[in-house]
Amino acid sequence: MYAFDLVRPATLADAVAAMAHDEAQALGGGQTLIPSLKARLASPATLVSLTGIAEMVGVCRGDDGAVCIGGATTHAQVARDVAAHYPALAKLALGIGDPAVRNRGTIGGSVANNDPAACYPSAVLASGATIVTNTRHIAADDYFQGMFTTALEPGEIITEVRFPVPMQAAYIKFEQPASRFALTGVFVARYADGVRVAVTGAAEQGVFRWSDAEAALSAQFAASAIAGMAPDADGMITDLHGTAAYRAHLVGVLTRRAVEAA
Amino acid sequence: MKVTMTVNGATCSGEVEGRTLLVSFLRDTLHLTGTHVGCDTSQCGACVVHVNGRAVKSCTMLAAEAEGATVATIEGMADADGTLSPLQQAFQDHHGLQCGFCTPGMVMSAAALLAENPKPTEHEVRHYLEGNICRCTGYHNIVKAVLAASGQDLPAVAAE
Repeated sequence: MYAFDLVRPATLADAVAAMAHDEAQALGGGQTLIPSLKARLASPATLVSLTGIAEMVGVCRGDDGAVCIGGATTHAQVARDVAAHYPALAKLALGIGDPAVRNRGTIGGSVANNDPAACYPSAVLASGATIVTNTRHIAADDYFQGMFTTALEPGEIITEVRFPVPMQAAYIKFEQPASRFALTGVFVARYADGVRVAVTGAAEQGVFRWSDAEAALSAQFAASAIAGMAPDADGMITDLHGTAAYRAHLVGVLTRRAVEAA
Repeated sequence: MKVTMTVNGATCSGEVEGRTLLVSFLRDTLHLTGTHVGCDTSQCGACVVHVNGRAVKSCTMLAAEAEGATVATIEGMADADGTLSPLQQAFQDHHGLQCGFCTPGMVMSAAALLAENPKPTEHEVRHYLEGNICRCTGYHNIVKAVLAASGQDLPAVAAE
């Protein structure tokens, strides 16, 4: 990888200051960024490591009942500490990558990167979560803006993600066995005011809400309510692992499985 | 920049660049070459070490991020007189290695599993070793070794 200056701030304030450098890039757990640097797909002049900032690590319940997860919290810690509060989210975290990856990778890093096949974006969108940064709060519906694209401004850091806890939820991932990313994954969350269904791994635009299924499941929360349904294959990803039509089919199947598992 | 960490119980320091990987520091600066680089893309697990008690892929962590950490590598698993740890001995007894390239990572991942879960099921062992790739053994003897090291009776593992 190309040389860069590494900064390891101990406070969020110092991290924000370091991010003001030209061509600065935040480094979460590095499980995507470090391989990208090795491949010279990224060449930041300054890398700002967020893993030494104690105030950005941990899980708590907000006054409104939301599960609040610090941006630099690892997947492994989410799997452990969220299990009692939001089991479907903890289970999602436990299925990311492998144990060593989960011990480094962070929720903030995953959500900032917005890989079209990452697991977390589906939970964030299906939960109607709030992305908290050093400057503002961003609703999940406004945050994801396409493959590897988000509402984050240059220099902005995800400090926390706040998840309203649903009455029922489940995440079902059809795993690509080599990478352990989602070939397609569906997160279903049922709230008092309706059901939200978010799909990852399937669409060229990245994570998206399947509104037809949301309407049907909000009327009746049962797999039979969406029997035979699948989203349009237009805009789905075709690659060596599967065609657009295959992924569209998977979305229907996995959504039904998620409803049954919720 | 200078980094200092505790590796296998000893305090170690060295000069690194920002981009120096933890595995490079261990192998090239400390000459602890038991930790291997297989894929260099965080997929194969040959480079797994423990940082503050947790298994990580040392090819996908910067050395400077281990500043002040406690690091354990395969070299620290056996006793000073060369007596193998029970887990290492189980790999030998159950033929859990052939070429040996993946073995350091397998042993360190398995040790992390047994620290978290002293009596894992066969399924739990296989699930935990998902990030460690072996191209020789077909995994069965590795799984047997880990189960044996946990002190459990050894059932016939799946696919036998």
